[in-house]
Amino acid sequence: MTSRPGLRLKTAALLLMMIVFGPLGDVLLGRGMKRIPAMASWAPGDIFRFFFAAFTSGAVWLGIGSLTFFFVAYILVLSWADYSYVQPASALSYGLVTLMAWAFLHEDVTPTRWAGVLMICLGVFTVGHTHPQTTEPR
Amino acid sequence: MLTGLIFYVLILLAGTGGELCVSRAMKTIGEVTDFRPRSIARVIVRAMQVPWMWLGLGLMTTGFFSLLGMLSIANVSFVFPATALSYAVGALGGKFFLGERVTPQRWVGVLFVVIGVTLVVLGKR
Repeated sequence: MTSRPGLRLKTAALLLMMIVFGPLGDVLLGRGMKRIPAMASWAPGDIFRFFFAAFTSGAVWLGIGSLTFFFVAYILVLSWADYSYVQPASALSYGLVTLMAWAFLHEDVTPTRWAGVLMICLGVFTVGHTHPQTTEPR
Repeated sequence: MLTGLIFYVLILLAGTGGELCVSRAMKTIGEVTDFRPRSIARVIVRAMQVPWMWLGLGLMTTGFFSLLGMLSIANVSFVFPATALSYAVGALGGKFFLGERVTPQRWVGVLFVVIGVTLVVLGKR
């Protein structure tokens, strides 16, 4: 097990990227796909029109870009950090999505949901106080 | 019922198993210390040459389609809280498959996250 200055910082920076770009990509992709008409049939022409509409949508491309950032951050952080550290820590995205829905979209957030966010924060805080790296490279 | 159970097991095992395999692949690459775009691209190319990465991506894809299948036969309000258990499966996998030291403190944190994710999904109107 190693403990170097900067390890926690770079782990936190990449987790932050995952927490932001993961849900953002999902939302953009979902919004982009909802704007295009459903596939009329499985005929080759309809399939082509569906994919053409999807891949000419700016929101879909922004979504794919966001999810690519998410995945790159995910595999990079896993090159040193424990999976059992990264997986629960990335659940903070639920908290961020709830907070943004409340602050920017003025959605009503139920007390149960706030309690869940609090539990997630508590869980991430608890996991975050363990060492991010307990194994050596294979 | 049986179909739902198969989907559920696949979501937990294939989805989380895939992520564990990706983690194993990245551990064989070693710690990334250079974050310039060209170096990151090189890391990705190297990662794609590790069989664990392809196995992981295949399993993650299976887990994703199982989730879609499960959503077609069960309510979202049931499916997502049920899949919160994947955090516990992940910690077990980290311990036994990747040899990570999952301390009691980390287990407590994982438990909080499982409960928290369940409450967040149940609390959606």
